[in-house]
Amino acid sequence: MATQREILLDPLFNNNPIALQVLGICSALAVTINMSTTLVMAVAVTVVTGCSSAAISLVRNRCPSSIRMIVQMTIIASLVIVVDQVLQAYAFDISKKLSVFVGLIITNCIVMGRAEAFAMQNGPWLSFVDGIGNGLGYSAMLVAVALIREPLGSGTLFGFELMKTVPHGGWYPANGLMLLAPSAFFIIGLFIWALRAWKPKQVETADYKIAPNTQYQEAL
Amino acid sequence: MPNYNKEGIGNVLFVSIAVCLVCSIVVAGAAVALKPTQAANRALDRKENILWAAGLLPFGAAQDAQGRGVDELFEQFEVRAVDLDTGEFTDAVDPATYQVSRATRDPAMSRHLTSEEDIATIVMRERYGLVYLLRDENGGLERVVVPVRGYGLWGTLYGYLALEGDLHTVAGLGFYDQKETPGLGGEVDNPRWKALWPGVQAFDKNGNPAIELVKTRSPPESPAAAHEVDALSGATLTTRGVRNLIRFWTGDLGYGPFLHKLQEAA
Repeated sequence: MATQREILLDPLFNNNPIALQVLGICSALAVTINMSTTLVMAVAVTVVTGCSSAAISLVRNRCPSSIRMIVQMTIIASLVIVVDQVLQAYAFDISKKLSVFVGLIITNCIVMGRAEAFAMQNGPWLSFVDGIGNGLGYSAMLVAVALIREPLGSGTLFGFELMKTVPHGGWYPANGLMLLAPSAFFIIGLFIWALRAWKPKQVETADYKIAPNTQYQEAL
Repeated sequence: MPNYNKEGIGNVLFVSIAVCLVCSIVVAGAAVALKPTQAANRALDRKENILWAAGLLPFGAAQDAQGRGVDELFEQFEVRAVDLDTGEFTDAVDPATYQVSRATRDPAMSRHLTSEEDIATIVMRERYGLVYLLRDENGGLERVVVPVRGYGLWGTLYGYLALEGDLHTVAGLGFYDQKETPGLGGEVDNPRWKALWPGVQAFDKNGNPAIELVKTRSPPESPAAAHEVDALSGATLTTRGVRNLIRFWTGDLGYGPFLHKLQEAA
């Protein structure tokens, strides 16, 4: 039985939801253009994953398997609406910037994935810890991506100017690619590479083996 | 052993109703409890957007160069209600409490547009609209801000169009609520695109709405050039929506009659 500590901290590096499970990529591309939206999104996802896992774990013994998914979706969707309402009340500007992406937490595979994989088999407290842990794993990756994208893409961090860009009369030619979604793909790819070089256990076994090339001999 | 059949129809119904009930109470509770704060945020946001569109505040700022805040700057505006059919000022509604969103649900307070009239897909047009007037020390008009709205690609865009005191030169345009695709149609919020609006001529020689969003600008000496703004690349439907909503609200069914009357009076 895994300890609480392992459940909480494993998703950070050993079992990162983005890097190893490759879940939640959509929002990781969308919200990492600047750091403040990234942090708010990270907190929102962490809260939703934690609370939804706990709530789903509470009803797991009573819930018929035929409507299991719908029950999970209902709980997750309700929590997301609550989070959205809170953001609209207390972080209006950021909630406007995040626009649809807060609502799209409902479809974030990490939330549903943890509900199915963990909360349906474990008690509410452990499920809550697991949800928070996975939220933190997601957050760590998002913050890392935003830490690269915002300075390189717009020369700022948290909206404060680090490097004056050329259109603002400075010296730094902003990298427009960093403002577009594909850059996050590259950065996440590089992170996955780095993580797997550091922890070779995460490297997946190949599904197939490339056969040696014998064709060239026929050409001779 | 539990004394119920977990997979039975009874339990399925029980669990689904219980989950729905609890969830709806939680959602409704949050929505109701947070509504006042959200409404205050939206009101502040609306004032900010009017000030941004009118060019009284630099875009994105909450204070102007003299350190005056949103509420203080907004107080300079005279808010009036206008009868959109006649184009005259009216006191039939109180501008402080009047809500357009409520009026458009009331057939007595609004008018159902026919499909030919309804170029911006508004469906119900309110009978009374609000205008925000800014006067200089001598009482001359400096800015006139009118609300505009219309359908883009995914939903209705809500914003403000500000005109200079001459009532035909655009002073600015800004949207405070839109659901267009981020990065494509969502660029209606891009300050660099919005910077293209000031100076554009809203009406042609005959006083008809003339603004056009184009891919290629006409040569500067042609008469069309004064009415043109660059289209948003990759967002044909949003661009069309913006063109139509500007044309509708500056047209005969929008604030056109009011603006022309105000111009004659000046």
